[in-house]
Formats: sequence, C-alpha cells, structure tokens
Amino acid sequence: MPASLFDKIWQSHEVAEGLLYIDLHLVHEVTSPQAFEALRLAGRTVRRPDRTLATADHNVPTDGSRVAAQIADHLSRVQVETLERNCEEFGVPVHSIGAARQGIVHVIGPEIGVTQPGMTIVCGDSHTSTHGAFGALAFGIGTSEVEHVLATQTLQQRKPRSMRILYGGELGYGVSAKDLILGTIGRIGVEGGVGHVIEYAGPPIEALSMEGRMTVCNMTIEGGGRAGMIAPDDTTFEWVQDREAAPDPMPLDDWRELHTDEGARFDTEVAIDASEISPQVTWGTTPSMVTDVTAAVPAPASEGDERALDYMALEAGTPIQDIHLDRVFIGSCTNARIGDLREAAEIVKGRKVASTLSAMVVPGSQQVAAQAEREGLDEVFRSAGFDWRSAGCSMCLGMNPDTLAPGERCASTSNRNFEGRQGRGGRTHLVSPKMAAAAAVEGRFVDIREWS
Amino acid sequence: MNRVTKIRGPISVLRRSDVDTDQIIPKQFLKRVERSGFGEFLFYDWAKEPGWDLDPNPILVAGRNFGCGSSREHAPWALEDFGFQALVAPSFADIFYSNCTKVGLLPVPLPEEEVEALMDAVEAEIDLEEQVVRFGGREVSFEIDPETRRRLLGGLDDIGVTLLSADAIDAYERDRERDGPVTTL
Repeated sequence: MPASLFDKIWQSHEVAEGLLYIDLHLVHEVTSPQAFEALRLAGRTVRRPDRTLATADHNVPTDGSRVAAQIADHLSRVQVETLERNCEEFGVPVHSIGAARQGIVHVIGPEIGVTQPGMTIVCGDSHTSTHGAFGALAFGIGTSEVEHVLATQTLQQRKPRSMRILYGGELGYGVSAKDLILGTIGRIGVEGGVGHVIEYAGPPIEALSMEGRMTVCNMTIEGGGRAGMIAPDDTTFEWVQDREAAPDPMPLDDWRELHTDEGARFDTEVAIDASEISPQVTWGTTPSMVTDVTAAVPAPASEGDERALDYMALEAGTPIQDIHLDRVFIGSCTNARIGDLREAAEIVKGRKVASTLSAMVVPGSQQVAAQAEREGLDEVFRSAGFDWRSAGCSMCLGMNPDTLAPGERCASTSNRNFEGRQGRGGRTHLVSPKMAAAAAVEGRFVDIREWS
Repeated sequence: MNRVTKIRGPISVLRRSDVDTDQIIPKQFLKRVERSGFGEFLFYDWAKEPGWDLDPNPILVAGRNFGCGSSREHAPWALEDFGFQALVAPSFADIFYSNCTKVGLLPVPLPEEEVEALMDAVEAEIDLEEQVVRFGGREVSFEIDPETRRRLLGGLDDIGVTLLSADAIDAYERDRERDGPVTTL
C-alpha cells in the first residue's frame, strides 16, 4: 500500500502499539528542571544520554555573558545553573551559556548534524516542528513527556491525522519562506492544522534552501499542526554532509526512500498557489491575523478581532505601509540562521536604521554568530546602526532582558504575536528578515519588491 | 497522578477563543524550577482588566482552540493549581490537551452549541467513566482516547506503564539502532 513520509517514519518507530521510539531528545532549561527532579525522586536514570542533547537558550542574556554566574536575573541564573547541574548528574551532553556550540535549541540541532532524515525528534518546546524540514517527525512535548522520554526513550502517542499542503506556482521576487508560511496560516487559520501532521510539498518547497524549509516547518504549530515535514532531497543531504554528528557514510539509499509514495492518502489535502503570496505582515494577536504588505488593516470580523485591534492600537483601514515602528528584532528559531542574516544584511548594507527606532540582530547560535562575523555581516549591521547581540531566544519571548516596553511597536522575524509575548503591552508584527530589515531603514513597513 | 472519575460543581466561564498559553501563564513565571505554586499567576495580565471575574470553580468553560501556542506544561499546572479540575471547550490545541491529561486536568471537547449552552448553566457534572457531561437536566457525551481514559481513571503512572514494555524497547534498540552515538561527540 502506498505510504506517506509520515506513515513510513511512524511505522518504523513503533515499539509497540501506541509506543513510539524517540531517536533524538533535545532539552533546554525552561521545560526540563521539573522532569529531572521527578526522575531523581523516583530513582530513575536517563536511558539514552547519547540520544539527548541540552542547551541554554530561553533565559540567556544576549549581552555576551560567558557563564551562568554572570546572569543578573536571579531566577534565570538558577534555571541555567540547574540545567548544567542536572546534565552533569545524569550524563547528558550540554552546550550551556558561553559554549562554542550554544544557541537556540532548534538552530543547533541541525547545525551540529544531530538532526537527520527519518528520525523521531522531540523537545519540550512547541517549535520542535522546525526539525521536520529534514524529513524527520519532530514535535513539541510538555514536561511530563520530557520526563517520560528521559526515562524510557519512548512516548505514548496515538497516531495523529495527516495533512498535505501542496504548493503550486513559484514564489515571486522578494517573497520568502516566512511569507509562504504566514500566508498559509492566514489561509488555514490558527486551528487549521490541529490534530494533524503536515507535509509541505510541491515545487516551491523543493526550491527552498534548508533555512527556508526550517522557517516553514518551524511555524507549523502556529497553524495548530502537531508536526510539519518536508521530504529530504539533495538539498537536505548536502546540508547534513560533513556536519560533526553526520553519519559516515550517510545512509543515502535509506534516506532516498523517505518520500510520500504516489497514491498515498492524506486525511486532509490543501492546495495553495505560491505565486499568489505577497510579503506578509501580521496586524493582530494571532499569526493568522495577517495580510499583504500592500493591503490595509482589515475591518474586524469578530470580537476577537476587535480585541486584537484594540490591543495593537490599530484602526481598520490603515494601510500596512503607514504603520510606524519603534523597534525591529531580527532573530529567533524561525529566522536567525546564517541565510536569514545574509538576506537582512543585503538589505541594510550601506544604509542607516531610521532615527525613530532601535533595531537588533540576535544570531540563532554562537556558530551562526561566528560565521556572520567571518563574513563581516556584524559590521554591516553595526555600521547601519543595528545592535549586534550574542545567541539566544532573546526578544522572541522576553524571558531574558530583551523585551519590548509597554506600547512599543516592533517588526519581528519571530513566530508569535500574542499579547505580551515580547514584553507586557508590546505590539508585535511578524515579518520576514528582508521585510524587517527594510522596515528598520524606513521606520515603517515597505513593500520589499518595490523598495530600493 | 490523582485518579480522575467524576468532577462536579459550579462552572467558570471565559468567553474567548484562541486563548494562548502565554496568556494562561506569562513567560516571566516560567523561570521557576518547582512544579507547584503557579495558580496565583494564572491569566496574570488579563486578570488586571476591568470586569475580569474568574472564580476557582471545579470546571472552566472556554472558547475554541484553547491552549494554543507554546508547549509549556506550566499552563495546565497553573490552571490546576488555581482550582480547576476540568476544562470544557469546542476544541483544544494538541500539545496543551496532551499536557492536561498528564497532570490529571480533564480536557473535555464538546460541540460549539453545547459549550454555549453550558456557559449559561450554573453547574455541571463531568463523568469520565460514562464519558458524559450533565447539566440543566441534559446529558452530552464527549470523546476521549480509551487509553488516556484508562490512565486517568486509574491514576496510573505513565512511566510505570511504559516500563512494563521495557523488553520491547530493549529489543527495538537491538534491532534498529544505527551504529555509534548521536549527541556525545
């Protein structure tokens, strides 16, 4: 019987009915302390430290602090120190603050090469779906499940439903992977993918770089999807090759089997013409409250919309390009890889950040930062007036000193525009790195396709 | 985990859809390394709005797509610590739903019109054994995965249950393992 990519990975990981084997477990400081504590109380150990990898990302200040002791915020320091202590006690490899391979957990997994096609990957973080870009089944779990995976290397799971989003056409000039996924969420809604594992397919997906594919899969959760995945191909294999943790030789024959067979069935099929997608800007407080950069803030269609417009201090009918900004944030597990920074740097090169706002770039990992510095991108950003920071989740979620002040309006390359997400009372507009970079220069949103 | 069988009592109503976990428990409270004490921070910012009124009743009834956003189990911990024992909504986000079942906070999906009707009721009884919600002289059935139901009814320890399959996990690893370590470079 023809099988989907999802079916193939699921079947090859079922230990018993409803029990799924986990190949890779990524861990960070926020959702793991209670799990380690519960193991300790029950006298349990970590079954496979060699399939577990930890880093500190959510809490770390991006000011270049090299050790946990330098973290000024007491609770953040304790959380990072607790991670370091737990990893030492349970034998789990950890790249904590100051380490050369430290970074956002969803950036370092692929970067080190531990993220590989055909794997099952989990992490106590909803953006674990990022790793599906490699043809892996990857999804976020809660702390109880973190504990369960640490102890057993398995998860009790009922098989989700399947969805395929098949894109036709091609992305237009200036339209990026971020616009593709924001436009998709705008069409299917924040609940559109609930209960489903989503496979993204079609020529526009095949044409994306690995960075672009990670951006798409990353935001699967914002459309409610359990996991997002893309069949691996030569683009994938080239990325994995020569990474530190890449298998040698790579099992290419097996990996080439990881695709959806002709005639495989999906519970839900969606078709989207990528040519119709313009650069996107969110106007509200869920990622599906999104529109074209050429459009205006829409009239509210529900109580939720009214509430969102009120929170965002926007009036229906205001052209998106008339929205002026106080801050610009380029970073996060969605858009802080080297490819994202190169795209943004190209826009700002030789230009200046508008005097009316402040802008920051936060590389997704220390390795991304080092690469960017080798290429001189840090200088491009600095001389344009951007603040060049060190790696971490930063202002994506404001668990560290990088936050918006109440009322501040921010163009952000991150993934969530929820109320207060980037700081209490902060107003977030989600955009691509190119759109954020151009907005930083102009002080307001501009259509990157016409801007020069 | 405590056993979950019947939950009965007054209901609290939150007439909002797409309630995300950042609202349920804002990020600044995720820095704790303990598992308890999150209830006082529940809906921290919304609770400051004029007219906010949410009592710690046994049952919370809310709008569609409840619990969307992050995977933080702190959200169910806060709801449970505040006093809720069951949540009723037209739909729940996947990770949030799963997290609730792991901590014994019963998520109950009902059709939108039934949720509307329940919002107008004063109290209700949720019977997990029978898989029904009773209110206003009516009885409405709800769906739950049989295995999840079994664990909740028995108050079973998930890891303990899984470790009964330890031989199968050993055998799987022997048969399928690729050579060499993955993360320990």
